[in-house]
Amino acid sequence: MLRYALKRLQSLVISLVIASLVIFAAIEVIPGDPASFMLGFNAKPEAVEALRDQLGLNQSLIKRYFSWVSGLLTGNFGTSYTYRSPVSEIIGDRLWISLPLAVYALTLTVLIAFPAGIFAATRRGSRTDVAVMSVTQLGVAIPNFWFAILMVLLFSINLRWFSAGGFPGWENGFWPAIKALTLPAIALALPQASILARVMRSSLLDTLGQDYIRTSRAKGLTRRQALWRHALRNALIPVLTIIGLQFSFLLAGAIIIENVFYLPGLGRLVFQSISQRDLIVVESVVMLLVFAVILVNFTVDLAYAWVDPRLRARA
Amino acid sequence: MSLLIIDKLSLSIDTKPILQNVSMAVEPGQIRGVIGESGSGKSMTAFSVLQLLPDRSTCSGRITFAGHDLLTATEETLCSIRGNDIGMVFQEPMTALNPLHTIGAQVAETIRIHEPKTSRREAMRRAAATLERCELPNARFPLSRYPHELSGGQRQRVVIAMAIALQPKLLIADEPTTALDVTTQAEILDLLRRLVSEDGMGLMLITHDLAVVSGIADRISIMRQGEVVEEGDGATLHRTMQHPYTKALFAASGHQPDRAPQPPTAPLLQVKNVVRDYTMPRKTLFGAPRKFRAVDDVSFTLNKGESLGLVGESGCGKSTLTRAILGLDKTQGGEILIDGKPVFAGNTPDRAVRRKMQVVFQDPYGSFNPRHTVERLITEPFHLLDTPPKGADRAKAIDEALLSVGLTPADKSKYIHEFSGGQRQRIAIARALIIKSELIVLDEAVSALDVSIRAQILDLLTDLAARFGLTYLFISHDLSVVRSITDRVLVMQAGKIVERGPTEQIFVNPQRAYTKSLIAAIPTLPEGATDA
Amino acid sequence: MNRNLTLGIALTAVFIIGALVSLFWTPFDVTKLAISQKMQTPSAIHWFGTDHFGRDIFSMIMVGAQTSIAVALVAVGIGMGFGVPLGLTAAARKGSLLDEVIMRGNDVVFAFPSLLIAILITAIFGPSALNAIIAIGIFNIPVFARLTRGAALSLWTQDYILSARVSGKSAARISVEHILPNVTNLLIVQGTIQFSLGILAEAALSYVGLGAQPPTPSWGRMLADSQTLISLAPHMALFPGFAILLTVLGLNLAGDGLRDMLDPRLRRAGR
Repeated sequence: MLRYALKRLQSLVISLVIASLVIFAAIEVIPGDPASFMLGFNAKPEAVEALRDQLGLNQSLIKRYFSWVSGLLTGNFGTSYTYRSPVSEIIGDRLWISLPLAVYALTLTVLIAFPAGIFAATRRGSRTDVAVMSVTQLGVAIPNFWFAILMVLLFSINLRWFSAGGFPGWENGFWPAIKALTLPAIALALPQASILARVMRSSLLDTLGQDYIRTSRAKGLTRRQALWRHALRNALIPVLTIIGLQFSFLLAGAIIIENVFYLPGLGRLVFQSISQRDLIVVESVVMLLVFAVILVNFTVDLAYAWVDPRLRARA
Repeated sequence: MSLLIIDKLSLSIDTKPILQNVSMAVEPGQIRGVIGESGSGKSMTAFSVLQLLPDRSTCSGRITFAGHDLLTATEETLCSIRGNDIGMVFQEPMTALNPLHTIGAQVAETIRIHEPKTSRREAMRRAAATLERCELPNARFPLSRYPHELSGGQRQRVVIAMAIALQPKLLIADEPTTALDVTTQAEILDLLRRLVSEDGMGLMLITHDLAVVSGIADRISIMRQGEVVEEGDGATLHRTMQHPYTKALFAASGHQPDRAPQPPTAPLLQVKNVVRDYTMPRKTLFGAPRKFRAVDDVSFTLNKGESLGLVGESGCGKSTLTRAILGLDKTQGGEILIDGKPVFAGNTPDRAVRRKMQVVFQDPYGSFNPRHTVERLITEPFHLLDTPPKGADRAKAIDEALLSVGLTPADKSKYIHEFSGGQRQRIAIARALIIKSELIVLDEAVSALDVSIRAQILDLLTDLAARFGLTYLFISHDLSVVRSITDRVLVMQAGKIVERGPTEQIFVNPQRAYTKSLIAAIPTLPEGATDA
Repeated sequence: MNRNLTLGIALTAVFIIGALVSLFWTPFDVTKLAISQKMQTPSAIHWFGTDHFGRDIFSMIMVGAQTSIAVALVAVGIGMGFGVPLGLTAAARKGSLLDEVIMRGNDVVFAFPSLLIAILITAIFGPSALNAIIAIGIFNIPVFARLTRGAALSLWTQDYILSARVSGKSAARISVEHILPNVTNLLIVQGTIQFSLGILAEAALSYVGLGAQPPTPSWGRMLADSQTLISLAPHMALFPGFAILLTVLGLNLAGDGLRDMLDPRLRRAGR
């Protein structure tokens, strides 16, 4: 188990290093001189030179890369030139909206998808199954931001149950904040829950056709017992893969959904930074999100080993 | 009073008839052998008893077990009977166990399902005792083992332990030894026989192999195409049999192709001190990679026109050696020569050498690209020729190859799914013949076939060898087949050749203990059974 | 042909035909602004109503289909064009350094959802439909590479591949002759799915302003415009959304139907 974890950790580190190189190259190498790019082409040479100095652009590329990475490791992300404050502070504030939103949405996804998928698989071909399959077929096809707009139209404008957007901040209480995140989380979760429910169903059906299910039935287990004791855990293996993938879609999706609900999260921040050409912020936000995705994949790998003894033994 | 009575059972799935008027009975302490080739409905008979049939199946007739009518019993009653009064063992031990649960938990589950008041500890204690009975000593195989840590034979013992944990009155075993090596098969059959006599339970033993059953069954039912065609006493059926199918089955099981031994000539294939290592995953993160020696200093010579058998159990290295001879893998030592020239010259295999050799594999289903016509399939070896035949020559070569294996030239435009297993093996042979290769490597070439088809293919191979002067390297785990078609035999164990010699000599008078155990384990038909 | 497949192909065909027709003709000119006609609700003249510049929404959806379909199709092409050869190579050289490099590269690219790639590109080159194509296309590469490698690996263990090797065929030749034709079904099905995901991704990128730029009509852009006017003119939000929903639904149904039709397991059962 430890060997397996170490091996996964090794590939996590390699992936992070490559990803950081890609992002560094995209932001600091491809545009030529980031300082004049950020200030625009009409900027005064002195201003550009000052910014070059501030960003450390007069150092060699290798030195810049290492000081960027060591900054990331120590929580020093540099200073935003538009906000004139440390990037880590700006991101820190926004992260407390985007991350809870993604986690909230993932929780909803699992809570909806598992029962729906299990229910459909156990009653294969029944009316319930057909209903679940039809609804999820629609759910997979619906663009989440459009679904969000429709919910705003219904719940905020017509029914006035929720405000149409904005965020009260966590300091004003847990429940108001959760309420503000509820519509966005539902909008994010519905399409992903549809995908996951379909995966859960087909994975369960697959498992229910395995030899060891027949063996367990020959032991005297009822259909239901065979499902809960033997099929479910085996069916979980492909489902875990999808959950891992979905978290990255949810993070990316959160960036878009924040726009619908005017939530001051990472999404708003990154689009503002793009229009203000604040590359330092863009660079840090992208790196942070990629880090989150890679970390989640690592966790999923560990979860595999927890579910499957064959993986623990191998490697 | 019989324990189990199957009376005029008919079964259809989606209106497709599977079984018709099947009747048989099992007495307590009796072994009922049920024999049939693939598609005979023997497994479906077993699943009907447990009522574990595919959806949309309909049964008629009666199945009476200890006073219960199983066809009309409620699901609740059936669940209380399954595993408690009737245990079942399946063919494929590699997939019959849940990979995520320990063996102890899986055996204990049988007990806890039927006796819910048993504590977990008590159930585990009984599971341990049951595994001991099935000859899996707890000291070596603790309850905490997972299925993937056991071999096929050991897993089958776990499956048997699950089935007999509650000492059922009836045990159904569906091809319990088909996936196993011959010595393991003998051990499992002994185990089943011992459990029957100790517990006085009835055993319904389903198999395609007459020899497996004839040694131990009290009564035998022969099935074909969903019907029981003959029923008789285990010890005397070969004398009392009436039905032509039974007679054909006995004849095919002991079939000996009519072949003349070849006088020794020049060597065609020379294997000299061949070594093949596999790299294993590192044990520690920075340690050196471990090596596993699959083929260890193997040498032998195969003469032109000769038929040489290579036998051994799974994992002995015979498949690895075959791959090396075919030039599919590089060896780590020694050399492999055909007509004095190495198969591997430098890093690339030598085409001029390779065209002297072709191969027929075991699986008639996986041996062909499903998207190509037979013509394209069998002409693939033309790639080895410097100037492949064109036009009329090519058509002639194709027709000849198909005719020589008993197919027709019209078959060349068909796709592989239009042929049966036996016909596919004929097409594989045609592919091997088309460039007039001298050496044909037969890698378990008849192992997947039903006995009657197997007999035909063995006859074909014998006939072709005589007509074209072919040389065979016959690799098989099935010793009786090897005996019928080879001049000499090599016995392989743990990567080494442990015994070699003329076939009859090896079978009649084996020298090494390993060879003796292999030969002793071969299931045999009663004396005189194949003369019919 | 099953019902799903028929329905899916029909839905998809409607949008493809709409896009093709719009190349030559639309009911109204979408480049002309007519402020006097702005935000009209659906009527006999303007079937889907007009937007805040008085443009005909039905015509804009027809033209928008061009962008969606073109972006998604080219992105699938990029994904297949790079991913399939990479996957075939990795499988043919299983366990080699090359395989390791390809798969590790895939892992890294997979860590960048297409939105992040689009953000990076836009931050440097500014937004355009081309960005969307590249971003979605890059994201598709590991999808196809992994799929191809996985399927190819199981094919490489088949006996017919061994006998092709015994016949002296090279790994490259076997990949093209034996492996590729046997993974085509999978690729078609996955291609359909990635096509529909591409349409969703393009709409999302355009919605946040990282995709097609005005005046090029695109469905995501139209939804972005509708958002501020949602209480005044809800029809502006409804029709482009339904266009996306139905196209994606059609492609998904077609993909499911194709899979059922092409799956050899299901076919064997039917024989």
